Amino acid sequence: MSGMGGQGAADGPLQRAAAWLVRLERLDRRWVFLTMGLAVLVPILWIGLTGRTFPETPTPAAQAVFDQIERLPEGSRVLFSFDYDPASAGELQPMATSLLRHCAARKLKVVCMALWPLGSNMAERTIAQVIRQDFPDRREGVDFANLGFQAGNEGVMKVTLTDLRKAFPRDARGQSTQDLPILQGVRSVRDFPLLIVVGAGYPGCKEWVQYVVTACGGSLKMVGGCTGVSAPQLYPYFPAQLSGLLGAIKGAAEYESLVNSAMGGETPPKYLEAQRRMAPQLFGHLLMVGLIVLGNLIYAAGRIRRAAA
Amino acid sequence: MLLQRTIPLWIAIAAGFLMLASSFLRPTQGLGEDFANAFSVIAAIAFVLGAGSLLKANLAKVSRRDAGWGFAVVTLAAFLITLTVGLFKVGVHPSPEFPTAPFSGSQQAADTPFGWLYEYVMVPLTSTMFALLAFFVASAAFRAFRAKNAAAVLLLVTAFIMLLGRTFAGVVLTGWLPDWASGLRLENLSVFVMQVFNTAGNRAIIIGIALGVAATSLRILLGVDRSWMGGGGRG
Repeated sequence: MSGMGGQGAADGPLQRAAAWLVRLERLDRRWVFLTMGLAVLVPILWIGLTGRTFPETPTPAAQAVFDQIERLPEGSRVLFSFDYDPASAGELQPMATSLLRHCAARKLKVVCMALWPLGSNMAERTIAQVIRQDFPDRREGVDFANLGFQAGNEGVMKVTLTDLRKAFPRDARGQSTQDLPILQGVRSVRDFPLLIVVGAGYPGCKEWVQYVVTACGGSLKMVGGCTGVSAPQLYPYFPAQLSGLLGAIKGAAEYESLVNSAMGGETPPKYLEAQRRMAPQLFGHLLMVGLIVLGNLIYAAGRIRRAAA
Repeated sequence: MLLQRTIPLWIAIAAGFLMLASSFLRPTQGLGEDFANAFSVIAAIAFVLGAGSLLKANLAKVSRRDAGWGFAVVTLAAFLITLTVGLFKVGVHPSPEFPTAPFSGSQQAADTPFGWLYEYVMVPLTSTMFALLAFFVASAAFRAFRAKNAAAVLLLVTAFIMLLGRTFAGVVLTGWLPDWASGLRLENLSVFVMQVFNTAGNRAIIIGIALGVAATSLRILLGVDRSWMGGGGRG
């Protein structure tokens, strides 16, 4: 340590502490990576072994998503856009799973679609995980459908406003949407009482609000789920244009706990994914706070040493 | 000049005014739809152009033996394998409705080579890339997030509220506060920050952007701004 500052035992305790802290400034970043890895890994293992999760208190935005779906009468049609890909599935898949489960349990007819090339796969995976496994009595094309991906971003949104079948002439299985029983009596997105969008970026919730929900003038309600980085951009639309919002894994965990409470009984692990991810998030965030505090202590120590020099 | 500038300019002006009119005048609604459909077709063609551009750029890199040309070979191989498997429906089972037609099944099914490529290559790779963010953000926060001035202190305090308030730590640290002071609980403070400060700031930005977009759109519609055609400036 004396080699660092060259003053050794002549320094006071403050200077010695400062000198020790300044050494950490050159800390190899791989130590930070390792600590972050452990902060995430240990809670994952702990939850895997114990199966315990933290209790969640829903925020108004998450409660509003739940309430919007609860308000719909049985048999109502819902348009569900999967605008994300596997990169953000860690954050968004649990909310998509819970949303689809909630809709299926409420016996709503869900029409899935995607404006992201891999969104159709995400929809298919969610349908397989939720409807095909736990609601086997629901018939494809009658109670649910996957219209697949369509290129064109806002262009597709504009077309869905006037003619949904023009935007999606065929579903993901290649069948004509003209013959789909679930779309009988549906001309455009205006014929759906609720639009659900789980979006990771562009195009996503924001574009749906700007191009579709606003154009419908209040007749179409929309609830959305988004990644943590895009949540701040969507809060300005809540609750007027966006009736409910699930922000990141925290919003997903709140909504998931609401759905699980409403469903009752024992909850299968696949419907606890968001709540299970809150423990790694907690320790990851605590580590971030610790690192920021440590970084600032080092910064202050550097200033003390420079002032003393 | 006519093909490169004048015709594209008039197509943009006509399409722009028609799309604008279709929002207000019912008789033009059909034309607006047609242009929106045309946009979808152009967007689909853009995928083909993108693929061509990817091939061109990576082939050039390999032929010149540029730095990292090996990665270009991997990119090209991944692209061609995925394209072949998807386009020719390699290993796709016939659809139950048409069991004798070999290409009637969907390549999106999980038990097809295309499905495997998605499930076992695409999903892990993209998830890994996204997960790496946690490590780099942690390292960056340690090295760069310094309370150097009043604005940075405010940012730091807000970050702490959000980081702790969005987890169970908020409940543990401030859950003991009585009901009359519940607004000071970290989980409630984080909601307050998002719904008040964040909303106010973002709305100001959104309104500013909207005005900018309106002004830029008008410049394009009137043919004043032609920079979108390439070549820069007013053309």
